[in-house]
Amino acid sequence: MAQPRARIRLPLTWLGVVPFFVFVGLFLLLPTLYIVVGAFRSPEGGFTFGNILALNTPTILSAYWVSIKIAFWSSLIGCAVGFAMAAAVTVGAGPRWVKNPLLTFSGVASNFAGVPLAFAFIATIGPAGIITLYLRHEFGINLRLMGFNLLSTLGLVITYLFFQIPLMILIITPALEGLKREWKEAASILGATSFQYWRMVAFPILFPSILGTMALLFANAFGAVATAIALTGPSLNIAPILLYAQIRGDVLGSPNLGYALAFGMIVITGLANALYIVLRARSERWLK
Amino acid sequence: MTRLWSWGALLIGIAFFLMPLYGMTEFSLKMRRGEYSFDAYATVLADPRFQATFGYSVLMAVLTILCGVLLVVPTAFWVRLKLPGLRPWVEFITLLPLVIPSIVVVFGYIRLYNTSSWLPLTGSVTGTNILLMFGYTVLALPYMYRAVDTGLRTIDVATLTEAAQSLGAGWVTILARVILPNVLGAVLSGAFLTFAIVIGEFTMAALLDRPAFGPYMQLLGANRAYEPAALAVIAFAITWACMGLIQLVTRFSKHNRVAR
Repeated sequence: MAQPRARIRLPLTWLGVVPFFVFVGLFLLLPTLYIVVGAFRSPEGGFTFGNILALNTPTILSAYWVSIKIAFWSSLIGCAVGFAMAAAVTVGAGPRWVKNPLLTFSGVASNFAGVPLAFAFIATIGPAGIITLYLRHEFGINLRLMGFNLLSTLGLVITYLFFQIPLMILIITPALEGLKREWKEAASILGATSFQYWRMVAFPILFPSILGTMALLFANAFGAVATAIALTGPSLNIAPILLYAQIRGDVLGSPNLGYALAFGMIVITGLANALYIVLRARSERWLK
Repeated sequence: MTRLWSWGALLIGIAFFLMPLYGMTEFSLKMRRGEYSFDAYATVLADPRFQATFGYSVLMAVLTILCGVLLVVPTAFWVRLKLPGLRPWVEFITLLPLVIPSIVVVFGYIRLYNTSSWLPLTGSVTGTNILLMFGYTVLALPYMYRAVDTGLRTIDVATLTEAAQSLGAGWVTILARVILPNVLGAVLSGAFLTFAIVIGEFTMAALLDRPAFGPYMQLLGANRAYEPAALAVIAFAITWACMGLIQLVTRFSKHNRVAR
């Protein structure tokens, strides 16, 4: 048996991706890992669940809970409105020429987040905003007396909707366009009404996409820091603002408790994103 | 019925989008009592801190784009050409910045790269600037990688590489003169999106204590009334310009490709 005469070459192709892995290792994975490990480390350096258990204080629990509420409602309403708008211009009776401008605008609006977005809403429906004053002077409607305050949970939900709805439109439009005309025709030949087609054919096909996108929107709102800080200052007790204050000035009085707080945020956004990935894979069975 | 809800949803949605846009524009023009004026814009633009922080953020954005391109293009190219098995992993890692909130990443930076660590980046101004640039590159990674990878999908990477090698090109030449021009449209799309993200970024810059545009806007918002609205209009215009450029680039790169 003749030995192959080829020289033995060291496998060197992996060298090409070394810069990438070194970079993400140093500036993405290692910093995150440091926080995660810190969450389970006692001040003396040993392993402990104490930091996680110490999160169980009224302030921290309410911070998480308010954050979850804001993220939940803004993602739910964002999904519903975004879906309705996208459906109106793709499969509904809305004007088709609106679709491309709407998608372009959505691209802009979904990236118009952070500090300027908060300013826009303060100038509009804040205490001295254009619409607030207009309603008071022209119609005698005092939003503040009616219990509306922009610097609150509801105010944050309304503000977040400005990037949540466009994000939903951007993600769900391709899915809506993937609905085949034949499905609708087949349903109507079998005698289904438009409502029945939606309830029994289109919606079940789209449901994983819708739920998955909602999970993505949830994570998106949960981690948002800049908009919340610019809107409410450090006063509102939500998880990202509490973490921000902790990093700046150790308001919790324990660095390891800060790690645990951050770890909790990773867990929540991680779960939401895992749900998104699973559901997206499922939706691709029908929509390709 | 269908017509009713279609138009209803559209009109409600569009009204919701127009409301704050109208509000901020109107508010920004009302600095002078009783009449419209551009006073708020003039005040903002004349503020030396505006010029300094805006310039800083533009520079940061450009450096981030350069760093991102240098990191992403060779990696995406190499993975497609030689290590396709690694692709799901690289893709997964590039999506992580969407999962891990940026405030957590920068928290890690502050603890990991402080003055008493093995790589004391936050110990000096230059070091902190570099750290912020890397942080922005991480934030831009999902968009940059996906844009470039989509661009690479439309060209025949293996054939182009072999052709270039037969003509005696080295790896740098292949990347710079064959691959990069072919995915330029995709790279530019990713670059403009990166620009839009970096220019107003708040969390990382504020926590690393760098004089960027985002923290400046936040500070102004806490102290002034009309100028923030003017800043919001300016920021919206910048975002719009970036998205417009992306569309333009996409259209342009579609035209110069031979139809198959």
